[in-house]
Amino acid sequence: MDLSTNYLGMTLHNPLVISSSSISKNIDNIRQVEDLGASAVVLFSLFEEDILVSSQELDYHLNRGTNSFAEALNYFPDHHSFNTGPEEYLEHLKNAKAAVDIPIIASLNGSTDGGWIDYAKKLEEAGANALELNIYYIPSDPNLSGAEVEQTYINILKSVKSALNIPVAVKLSPFFSNLANMAKQFEEAGADGLVLFNRFYRPDIDLENLEVSSSVLFSTPQAMRIPLCWIGLLYGRISVDLAATSGILSTDDVLKMLMVGANVTMLCSTLYRHGLNHVQVIEQELKQWMEEHEYESVKQMQGSMSQVKCDSPSAFERAHYIQSISSIPTIGA
Amino acid sequence: MSKPVFKTMDGNEAAAYVAYRLNEVIAIYPITPSSTMGEFADAWAAQGMPNIWGTIPSVVEMQSEGGAAGAVHGSLQAGSLTTTFTASQGLLLMIPNMYKIAGELTSAVFHIAARTLATQGLSIFGDHSDVMSARSTGFGMLSSCSVQESMDIAAIAHAATLKSRIPFLHFFDGFRTSHEVNKIEVVGEDVLRDLIDEKLVMEHRLRAMSPDRPILRGTAQNPDVHFQAKETVNSFYDACPDIVAETMEHFAKLTGRTYNLFDYCGAPDAERVVVLMGSGCEAVQETIAFLQNKGEKVGLIKVRLYRPFDSKRFIESLPETTKSIAVLDRTKEPGATGEPLYVDCLTGLHEAMNNGWGSLKSLPKVVGGRYGLSSKDFTPAMVKGVLDNLTQEKPKNHFTIGIVDDVTHTSLDYDPKFSTETDDVTRAIFYGLGADGTVGANKNTIKIIGENTEQHAQGYFVYDSKKSGAMTISHVRFGPTPIHSTYLVQEANFVACHQPVFLERYNVLEHIVPGGTFLLNTPENKDEIWNKLPRPIQHEIHEKNLKFYVIDAVDVAKNSGMGRRINTIMQVCFFAISGVLPKDQAIGEINKSIEKTYGAKGKAVVEQNLKAVEATLAHLHEVDVAAVSSSLEFLPPVPENAPAFVKDVLGEIIAGRGDSLPVSALPNDGTFPTATARWEKRNIALEIPVWDEKICIQCGKCSLVCPHASIRTNAYEEKHLDGAPAAFKSAAARDRLWKGWNFTVQVAPEDCTGCGICVDICPVKNKTETRLKAINMTPQPALREQESESWDFFTKIPTPDRRTLNRGRISQQQVQESLFEFSGACEGCGETPYVKLLSQLFGDRAMIANATGCSSIYGGNLPTTPWTVNEDGRGPTWSNSLFEDNAEFGLGFRLSIDKQKEFAGELVRKLAGQVGDNLVAELLEADQTDETGIYDQRQRVAALKEKLASVDSPEAKNLLDVADSLVKKSVWILGGDGWAYDIGFGGLDHTLASGRDINILVMDTEVYSNTGGQTSKATPPGAVAKFAAGGKTSPKKDLGMIAMSYGNVYVGSVAMGAKDEHTLRTFLEAESYPGPSIILAYSHCIAHGIDMSRGMQNQKAAVLSGHWLLYRYNPRLKDEGKNPLSFDSPAQKMRLEEYIYAENRYKMLTKSQPKVAAELLKFSEKQIKERRELFEFLASRDYSGE
Repeated sequence: MDLSTNYLGMTLHNPLVISSSSISKNIDNIRQVEDLGASAVVLFSLFEEDILVSSQELDYHLNRGTNSFAEALNYFPDHHSFNTGPEEYLEHLKNAKAAVDIPIIASLNGSTDGGWIDYAKKLEEAGANALELNIYYIPSDPNLSGAEVEQTYINILKSVKSALNIPVAVKLSPFFSNLANMAKQFEEAGADGLVLFNRFYRPDIDLENLEVSSSVLFSTPQAMRIPLCWIGLLYGRISVDLAATSGILSTDDVLKMLMVGANVTMLCSTLYRHGLNHVQVIEQELKQWMEEHEYESVKQMQGSMSQVKCDSPSAFERAHYIQSISSIPTIGA
Repeated sequence: MSKPVFKTMDGNEAAAYVAYRLNEVIAIYPITPSSTMGEFADAWAAQGMPNIWGTIPSVVEMQSEGGAAGAVHGSLQAGSLTTTFTASQGLLLMIPNMYKIAGELTSAVFHIAARTLATQGLSIFGDHSDVMSARSTGFGMLSSCSVQESMDIAAIAHAATLKSRIPFLHFFDGFRTSHEVNKIEVVGEDVLRDLIDEKLVMEHRLRAMSPDRPILRGTAQNPDVHFQAKETVNSFYDACPDIVAETMEHFAKLTGRTYNLFDYCGAPDAERVVVLMGSGCEAVQETIAFLQNKGEKVGLIKVRLYRPFDSKRFIESLPETTKSIAVLDRTKEPGATGEPLYVDCLTGLHEAMNNGWGSLKSLPKVVGGRYGLSSKDFTPAMVKGVLDNLTQEKPKNHFTIGIVDDVTHTSLDYDPKFSTETDDVTRAIFYGLGADGTVGANKNTIKIIGENTEQHAQGYFVYDSKKSGAMTISHVRFGPTPIHSTYLVQEANFVACHQPVFLERYNVLEHIVPGGTFLLNTPENKDEIWNKLPRPIQHEIHEKNLKFYVIDAVDVAKNSGMGRRINTIMQVCFFAISGVLPKDQAIGEINKSIEKTYGAKGKAVVEQNLKAVEATLAHLHEVDVAAVSSSLEFLPPVPENAPAFVKDVLGEIIAGRGDSLPVSALPNDGTFPTATARWEKRNIALEIPVWDEKICIQCGKCSLVCPHASIRTNAYEEKHLDGAPAAFKSAAARDRLWKGWNFTVQVAPEDCTGCGICVDICPVKNKTETRLKAINMTPQPALREQESESWDFFTKIPTPDRRTLNRGRISQQQVQESLFEFSGACEGCGETPYVKLLSQLFGDRAMIANATGCSSIYGGNLPTTPWTVNEDGRGPTWSNSLFEDNAEFGLGFRLSIDKQKEFAGELVRKLAGQVGDNLVAELLEADQTDETGIYDQRQRVAALKEKLASVDSPEAKNLLDVADSLVKKSVWILGGDGWAYDIGFGGLDHTLASGRDINILVMDTEVYSNTGGQTSKATPPGAVAKFAAGGKTSPKKDLGMIAMSYGNVYVGSVAMGAKDEHTLRTFLEAESYPGPSIILAYSHCIAHGIDMSRGMQNQKAAVLSGHWLLYRYNPRLKDEGKNPLSFDSPAQKMRLEEYIYAENRYKMLTKSQPKVAAELLKFSEKQIKERRELFEFLASRDYSGE
């Protein structure tokens, strides 16, 4: 049985990829998921803020109070160089590469068209097989048009692509006026793949302290419906690779995503819930299901249930919405 | 000779450059102004820089200068080339060892940034009182006059000591030379290698102790031989001057720079000659050259080798035409026949004449005078005054120059307008705030010009004595030849005022020349600024026909992401309009320098600065100067209603006119009044807290944590609201104690620093807008007038009777009047809330001994003091003795007042007949453990005094003198961890062991804060500090555990931000304990690299992570069969790394040496776990059977 799939120009031995998360902060975890069957690992993100804020904070604290008081012209010894950039991340990336044979995809996370993008080149030099560019932007300025936001995304991608030789996948949010058009724009701007979708960690409220809190919620089963829908819609319409992420918790979820057209499925929350061993469980269940259902390869099923290939294309669009709504029984009826 | 290399640096770096390269062991201890020499050495060692023999010197910080000298002595005895750096009291602590080192003919050089010794007051600034105190140790003494010489003479000293076997003090003037930045030619390592004779180094090592060739040194000797043994060294001292002279010649051959033991400059036929040492020589040389050009027969002798004093060479250096000599000393020796250099010159001249040396026909008139004490500026005008004195038939002797002595009339008159400044030198003065980066920018400008052009550059920086809102004045010169003007710029071509608020009070244009350029940073645009200027500023601009430019640098900085740092922007403006370099070249150099300066900290910071440079010129505008039209005058330094001394003396100091105060204006024994900070309305807060009385729960936490006592609470009867200003806020008091009363939280708007720590601690949130609390930061200017009026009204409302308050409850305790207010500590200081708390609780009967350090500076640095009085005129009485002796000093207070109390008791008993038995019994047996007891005792003492007034006996008179000692006094010994853990530990330990009723408050910032962040034994592992640049690797000393080991010492460990009620309880228990008490108070600090407005959160995190433990050891509990140790820390609720990596002192190590940081984190985690377990074990022991 052939579980292999292609993603960003790479042949992966199965479609189970470890999503960008703190799992990859530990090299032992990366080794373990390789042994357990994962076909690639997307490293945790190098954040724009890590690069910018750490530089600015360092400068602020090293400068604060200097040359103000005759007895203490500064407060810290002179360290000639600091790793305010991605040095630590690059070191980790190199170590990860050395530790495993499966591809390591670096992840760069930011939202502005600024200098942080330059670090993409360093990720390539450090041996990343590909880059996942996570554009995590929450526009809140009422004067900013959707078109401007879209242009920022495209500019960031173009800047990165122009500097790199390795493939680049864009991880994006579903919140665009016309995601299909956006996907096309990404394709035209050179994206090798799209990762659908980013999960925004929406704030919560701490009622006791009247504070906005930011605890991370793991994906719920419902979360997979959005990427499922959009992968199904985009498959066959654009030629970039599609990675499914968010809410892929079970083998069934993996199968569904592959069927709507995902090249790979990315696992995260489920591993936090069930442990890293769950990769192995899913791989075995995947094989079992395919055997039972007489599938020969993953490629065979990829896209088979996409909008362009399924028997009810309207189910992906408004018509199905009307049908769904009307199928809900009335309360009290 | 290799190609000359020019660099800009200060005198400390210049001396350290040589000392580092020519030594193997460096033992140091921080003291201003020499600290940076040790810091440079430590930093170079951390970078792996080798000395000229290819090995990295071992740099060791000791616990005191005495310790450093001991380590130096030992290291020398064991054969290593060894040096140290120090100043002032530090040098005094080294003196005992210096006698030994010299007596043993040991080659070594100590580098000294000469600083004033503390007498009636401490001064961090420069004069020769320290080095002159060491002149009898047997050390040779070599003096440098400039930054260049600090490097050159350092090298000469090291070479000469090896040859002569006489150890040397190499000294240069603290601040004037140690901190002046100048362009100098660097002495190459090839020169140093040539200068140092390897054979002599080998001999030095061979003289060392070694069990392979054992010797005995340091014997005890008897009257029979000690005398003769001392005379054995004479030949070495006799040979020393020649050796130094030969070394100077050797140096001249290698570098082209010539020095002599006595360097003469001036007219070959001079009749009037000035003799002096140190940086003053440069100003004198400049004046002599100026006058010589005008045909005057004047000259100067620079004394370079002061010890051994070579009388023959001295007289030979004088022109034979010399008729009169003025010997200038930068020191004062009260009661002597004259100051040391004067006496030595006089003696030398007599001896030389008697021996027939030199070419003088007769003995010239010789007078001596003092100048420049404590870095008092020494100008060409003063030099002219000195030379003019020599033209008198009978010149004034034992004179002073540069001050007005209207008491004993020692001072010489001079014309302050006399100037030797030349046209080819660009002279600029920059007025800035510490926080805006002005000084850093100017240092950078000097580097750009000094190291990238043929021009020479000099910078000297004047700071005020405050740690928050400090004003800086940069004096900068650029010119085609080396700059020797060792005095502040007197005539500036360019003046920049980086903070518009300065124009309200200071005439920043006082020193600008006609036609000069004035640059102002202001939010006003070019068309409106003129009408906003005060009249005196308009007048200066108009009368002097100045070119006037403005820029809104704050706006440019903000848009470039640089916050309040306007340094780069103002630097660009300076280059753009001063013409000191072609504009494009200058901007190119600034950009290069930005890459170099900020590159290490990451791209983002570089980009911000480059962006600011790019944006600047478009915002720089020339202003059309109009006629003088303003009616605004400068604000007075202190309010009109201030007391006379505050107005006439302190106000003048505040206004920057302290130099003009005559001798008579100052107290003759260093005694100043308290309650003066309240008059210094500094108005440095951009925002101040505003109270929302509707939602406030009146907990008092804002007032408790306020580092500056500028937010306060009070509860009062409604009647006191009569006449309240319209804006005055009041709410019904919530505490049942004050039922029916009113309550107010009031801010002192002009004294607040705007740190925001009160808002951070406020526990209340506005239910309709949760970003708001019960106090909220609001821009100050619009509120200043209204809140000032409210503050004045608030201060007149009486506080509740102290006897009625529950002192253990913060909300009630906080209405106690603060007797420590408006200090100049850093915004958000972590120490001062503890000091203020102690002043509230015990201030009306407190005697405070304060170790030198932050707390002595914000507590006692002129012009004003935060220590104040209550309405009865009572308040803390405060003194600072030294750094090292504070515990003993405070113990002395206790010994003294206990003796007086004992004596008073004896007298009361003796006078029982007149006093009455009842009163005697009450007086002697009074319970003074609470406020009521204290109050009653004061009433009894008043009654006693009344009775004694009519008793005419010696006993009654004596009793009147000492009767107040019958009221309980609270002795507090305050200081930081540098004092308690390191330099003062021996005394602190002895004081704890004394059993006496003293209270020690250690404000533990875990680093030497006042001198700029050097590591102490309180520094925790993993933290980066100076002398622990790679992160401290050893554990923090457990001072509390040491104190507890006595068993009869009260020990408390507190962190106000973690558990404020615990802090309060600990203070009360400690003070009430009738024996020694020590409180270790965790104090967040600017040297931690934290957000100071959230310092209390850092304290909390320190406790929650287990780094700082809360506990109380109360020996009294043992008597009750209880365990004396209460372990009050909560269970560890936060990972250590969460706490420490919120502080830059730890975090920066993860950025520079991540592996080391990770290892030290592990080490610390293990250590805090073990420590917690030990405390938990000790606190769980059962004492019921004991």
